[in-house]
Amino acid sequence: MDFISILSVFVMACFVGYYVVWSVTPALHTPLMAVTNAISSVIVVGALVAGAAEGSAISKWLGLVAVVLASVNIFGGFAVTERMLAMYKKKEKK
Amino acid sequence: MEHITTPPWAMLAYLVAGVLFIMALRGLSSPATSRAGNRYGMIGMTIAMVTTLLTHGVASLPEIAGAIAIGGGLGFVTARRIKMTDMPQLVAAFHSLVGMAAVLVGLAAYLNPIAFGIAGADGVIEVQSRIEMGLGIAIGAITFSGSVIAFLKLNGNMSGAPIMLPGRHAINLGTLLGILGLVAYFTQDQSAWVIAVITALSFAIGFLLIIPIGGADMPVVVSMLNSYSGWAAAAMGFTLHNTAMIITGALVGSSGAILSYIMCKAMNRSFISVIAGGFGAAPEASSGGAAKVQRPWKRGAAEDAAYLMKEAENVIIIPGYGMAVAQAQHVLREMGDLLKKAGVNVKYAIHPVAGRMPGHMNVLLAEANVPYDEVFELEDINGEFAQADVAFIIGANDVVNPAAKTDKSSPIYGMPVFDVDKAKTVMFIKRSMGGVGYAGVDNDVFYMDQTMMLLADAKKMVEDINKALAH
Repeated sequence: MDFISILSVFVMACFVGYYVVWSVTPALHTPLMAVTNAISSVIVVGALVAGAAEGSAISKWLGLVAVVLASVNIFGGFAVTERMLAMYKKKEKK
Repeated sequence: MEHITTPPWAMLAYLVAGVLFIMALRGLSSPATSRAGNRYGMIGMTIAMVTTLLTHGVASLPEIAGAIAIGGGLGFVTARRIKMTDMPQLVAAFHSLVGMAAVLVGLAAYLNPIAFGIAGADGVIEVQSRIEMGLGIAIGAITFSGSVIAFLKLNGNMSGAPIMLPGRHAINLGTLLGILGLVAYFTQDQSAWVIAVITALSFAIGFLLIIPIGGADMPVVVSMLNSYSGWAAAAMGFTLHNTAMIITGALVGSSGAILSYIMCKAMNRSFISVIAGGFGAAPEASSGGAAKVQRPWKRGAAEDAAYLMKEAENVIIIPGYGMAVAQAQHVLREMGDLLKKAGVNVKYAIHPVAGRMPGHMNVLLAEANVPYDEVFELEDINGEFAQADVAFIIGANDVVNPAAKTDKSSPIYGMPVFDVDKAKTVMFIKRSMGGVGYAGVDNDVFYMDQTMMLLADAKKMVEDINKALAH
């Protein structure tokens, strides 16, 4: 993909992000931060590329360490979000 | 200039992952849809990871599987064990990991550019990729060191008091310009020292930017670092030409930016003044606080409070961070239950900056089994105080201070506050009359005719009220 199409995706995504985040209810702002944390670890894609590639041993090990860090975040972020969201309950209608 | 061509199906898969991430955030618009949203996020992440592994000749699958298992296990166990009151620290720690991962990926891409498809066979990295890589590493490093400081401050390993270096604005500005200058120079010279100095300076500036910011401003800082971690991911997405990373980076970046904005607005502080730091330092005694020390106030007992609330029709509870510190959320919910049983209409009112991060108080109440439809935001409930028989303030202070509306010299002037003075009776749980709120200002609510001060540890006091209510 050329730079302009990538930039277009980026700019559009910023707008989508703006509207989507404003629609998040303030009561869920803490889970929002936890889940954005988890998804920003999509950087693991880059870490996997580095960890899987041959050619530079240092690069490979840097990649593997990055995979560990990002995995902490992915599993931890999603799990803690799940845990929090499970706590939000409606009033029991009797 | 040829890239390793990503097959079309893989590009499509990354796009799907990106869309699933958007849906994950969209789900958070209501607690009812939020859990489904979280699942979409997990599916998106799985798709992104599997696609990457399938499209890159994996020479080291055992190592990678091991790395994921170690990190994943660690993350999962932490997520299970963490106390909800410690959520801000956890989030800060997670931010630092994203930052560090971005730095490592950037450095790995620098060392092995051919594998990332950003250099020809001669190893010369494309100019555009150098800029993206340099910025990605810089933002990642700032996120890392800034988050470490935020973590230490939130976790109490480091004092929340601002640390003010002389001439810090000049130092910070100089460092930032230095980093940008080096990124520009990096396009001409891809020597290792350039990237090393960019990395080192960025670690330093992250540290310098956060140390002067006081504990009270931490909600803004955590949100801001959230935003940075997103921009770091986006920059790496540009380097890798990866749509999933770019979409996510933009989402997270805007999310953090919007949360910072909401927090600043709720404190009536400009973003610039938060960044400049210094708030929460020793309060200046100029706001006339000293002159009003000897004013009459009324002390109430748990039994009086219980009696008044039982007879009331509407009770609004205003919890603050002090409630979390005293771990009083569970006994508070019991009090709510007892009152509801007695036919009282109970509501909870939450200020946007209650707690140490956006939405923190909502999570704590949810954990204590308070139904989320009894919990209201500031603007939704502020009109109801006139009909309230009791406003019950537990662990909050600045957010009910009328000085924010009337006293132009007050440091919290202009901050939106609860109109508790309109309630028939105000009950204020406080440890003693000595202490003041975070902003260090006296509160007129203490001295109002209808105010009953309940001086005790918050948990102890609510337990006593519960005992009296149960009679």
